Amino acid sequence: MSPGSILLEKPMHKYLVKRMLMMVPTLVGAAILVFTLMHMIPGDICALRYAGTGGSFDAGLIEICRDELGLNRPLYVQFFTWLGGFFVGDFGESMWTGRAISEEIGVRAVLSLQVAIMATIVSVIIAIPLGTISAIRQNTWIDYVVRCFSIAGIAMPSFWLGILIMLGLLWTTQHWFGQAWIPPIQYVSPFEDPIGNLTQLIWPALATGYRYSAVATRMTRSALLEVLREDYIRTARAKGVIEKLVVNRHALKNSMLPVVTVIGIEFAFLMGGLVVTEQVFNLNGLGKLFVDSVTNHDYALTQALVMLVAFIFVMMNIVIDLIYAWLDPRIRYS
Amino acid sequence: MQGIRAYAAAVVGVGMMLTTGAAIAETPKYGGHFTYVVPAKGPPSFDAHRETTYAVIHPVRPYYSTLLRVNPQNPADPADFVCDLCVGDVPKGTNDGKTFTFKLHEGVKFHDGTPLTSADVKATFDRIIFPPKGVSSARKSFYKMVESVDTPDASTVVFQLKYASTSFIPALAAPYNFVYSKAKLDVDQRWYEKNILGSGPFVFKEYQPGAFMTGEKNPDYYLKGLPYLDKITAIFANKESIQVQALRGNRASAQFRGFPPKTRDDLVRALGDKATVQETDWNCVLLATPNHTRKPFDDVRVRRALTLAVDRWGGSQYLSKIAIVKTVGGIVYPNHSLAATKEELQQMDGYGADLEASRAKARALLEEAGMDLSKTYIFNNRGVDQPYKIVGVWLIDQWRQIGLKFEQKVQPTGPFYATLRESGDFDVSIDFNCQSIVNPPIDTSKYLSSDVNPANYSRVVDRKLDGLYEDMLLEADPAKQRVKMRAYEKYVLHDQVTQMITLWWRRTTVHRSHFKGWKVSPSHYLGQALDTVWLDPDADK
Repeated sequence: MSPGSILLEKPMHKYLVKRMLMMVPTLVGAAILVFTLMHMIPGDICALRYAGTGGSFDAGLIEICRDELGLNRPLYVQFFTWLGGFFVGDFGESMWTGRAISEEIGVRAVLSLQVAIMATIVSVIIAIPLGTISAIRQNTWIDYVVRCFSIAGIAMPSFWLGILIMLGLLWTTQHWFGQAWIPPIQYVSPFEDPIGNLTQLIWPALATGYRYSAVATRMTRSALLEVLREDYIRTARAKGVIEKLVVNRHALKNSMLPVVTVIGIEFAFLMGGLVVTEQVFNLNGLGKLFVDSVTNHDYALTQALVMLVAFIFVMMNIVIDLIYAWLDPRIRYS
Repeated sequence: MQGIRAYAAAVVGVGMMLTTGAAIAETPKYGGHFTYVVPAKGPPSFDAHRETTYAVIHPVRPYYSTLLRVNPQNPADPADFVCDLCVGDVPKGTNDGKTFTFKLHEGVKFHDGTPLTSADVKATFDRIIFPPKGVSSARKSFYKMVESVDTPDASTVVFQLKYASTSFIPALAAPYNFVYSKAKLDVDQRWYEKNILGSGPFVFKEYQPGAFMTGEKNPDYYLKGLPYLDKITAIFANKESIQVQALRGNRASAQFRGFPPKTRDDLVRALGDKATVQETDWNCVLLATPNHTRKPFDDVRVRRALTLAVDRWGGSQYLSKIAIVKTVGGIVYPNHSLAATKEELQQMDGYGADLEASRAKARALLEEAGMDLSKTYIFNNRGVDQPYKIVGVWLIDQWRQIGLKFEQKVQPTGPFYATLRESGDFDVSIDFNCQSIVNPPIDTSKYLSSDVNPANYSRVVDRKLDGLYEDMLLEADPAKQRVKMRAYEKYVLHDQVTQMITLWWRRTTVHRSHFKGWKVSPSHYLGQALDTVWLDPDADK
């Protein structure tokens, strides 16, 4: 059965509708929380815009700016205006740039999505084989090497690895070719220049994918070890099924539930959480936009981004649940 | 050994740039794609009339013309202005300095092909000086002397002033004064916030928010033979490490804001003669602002003690090695004719040659004022290293020398300004005054009473102070204005110590040596039209 066909089953319909409805209070709760927190931070976008540069500016400018942005209205009016817009798909405009928030986010979301997908691919390519080998060769030198590799990945922040990669590229190219080289710092679409795009994004994908893979490797190893001790595995071995089939057909699929959870949550995190790594590679992604919007006191944009990330997490959880149902028939039929 | 040689070569290069003020004259080459990093997140809007940040000027200025500009061949001189859209020399005022007539270049076109006439210049300056309701003009107050802008014919613009003013021509040459199309403004006064349409040396092509902006050579540019470059790209990179790596990895040829001394040295060490360093005083100054509504800082004796304790001459020597500050000065940009000489400065508290005598006097003043030396006071600072936190630590140590204890409260920029503007929860705070065009009569408005200029966060209200400023501002004779500026400065820094000047900033730019024709100016807002710059690929060989 394919993951898509699960959606056609009747119990899954009900389940999906229930989850979608539960998403509404989650998002409203997130909206109230972020609106309150943002307004508790001292500071004012208009003061920041004009006073922050240290130059002279007209005294009345800040009041004009506040009026323009609606900041002089009561807080509850501001909240309901924003929430009302949000539920009809109107995210409004960035208070800092005046551009449509959908445009501001759209440009960055493409890049973040691509990095998240590439990092996930890197992670899965590393984690599943290494975790599996580590489990089936438990307590051998191979297991120790894999464990060291994965613990190093967990211990090493991806932005730090990113810095090492950048400095390493600069140093090695300077010494080998006489001219320092770094990846492009200006994004090009993969549809316009696939090589240029890959040259820029492969490095952050490796830096984040390594840390991501370390978590998934350890999860794969421990889940597989648990499954390999199950009775049905012992039965399969007793029946003379070859080890390769025991692992691939019987053990691996059943050990994937926690691994899928980790991969799904990490993927959602990558969509908005690569704050420092994006800065290291000068990537114009959602994480950088998030930091910029908070430091600019751009309430409208920050609120939209929080809602987007909350939405991604909720949706990712639903996707994980669907994959659970595909992997484990007991969940599907319960 | 190679590193030492490269460093020595670059230092010689720096020395040459500093002493001659220019590289050896070379024949410009046409063509090439110039890429530069802008150390910012991106422009808030594209409308320079409204904005105050270089994040607009650096990427957007090449697409526009201005009526006047700082001479790109001699930007270090704060009073050397040349015509941009106007022809000939910068006009002298007639009618007792109250009428200025500008003749415009013939045949100038906006990038959409429509002609640029005096009507567009008038619409632009009317919007800046007399903004319609709902339109934000950040520097409206610079043009208080202007009565009207008239257009006797399609190629003539006349500014009629209420009174003669030395600050008028510098104000006109401000880099923010992009000339807009009247037709566009007539339809929507805010059209230029999200769109770019100018008559400058480059034609706008693409902007990706927060990432980059590109433009191509304007084949119909009215200054014949310019620009030299075929294409420009501004890449936004807020982190200094990325800017440095971009220069080292040749992903960008320049960063125009400036680097701290350590970064300059690192770049020079890495790039050797492929890096060119230019330095100058910067029209930015770091202030220490006492809160006049807080005891005991409402007492002039305490404020005088604070300024007397600071070793500016020594600080200049040591801090300039690690921070972007250097020159000792008063309230006026040090290289301007209105600035105080060293001898004049030394007449004021805190600038004397005998530091120990100054500090002894400071201790005596504190004792006389009954200052509680057991108490710890709050020093508000901005959470930015260069130069705020570095100078903040130094200041606290200077005050410790006279027995005063300060605790540094470092805050991100938003909360920092909320403290300065709204809560006032500080005893003394860092602040800064950073301007584009060097225009001291306007730049020094920062020190006016807080109810006159809310950008003075000391909360001082002193009508004598405002009177001295007004007197200086309205003086049309430069020699007399200089005398009046001294009186105003002495009142601010010595008599009342309403605020304290620490050190003036030092601007150090590093660019790849293949980038030619650009000269450093006293402001990172100037010299950004990019029409006179060019690339020399041979310099990389």
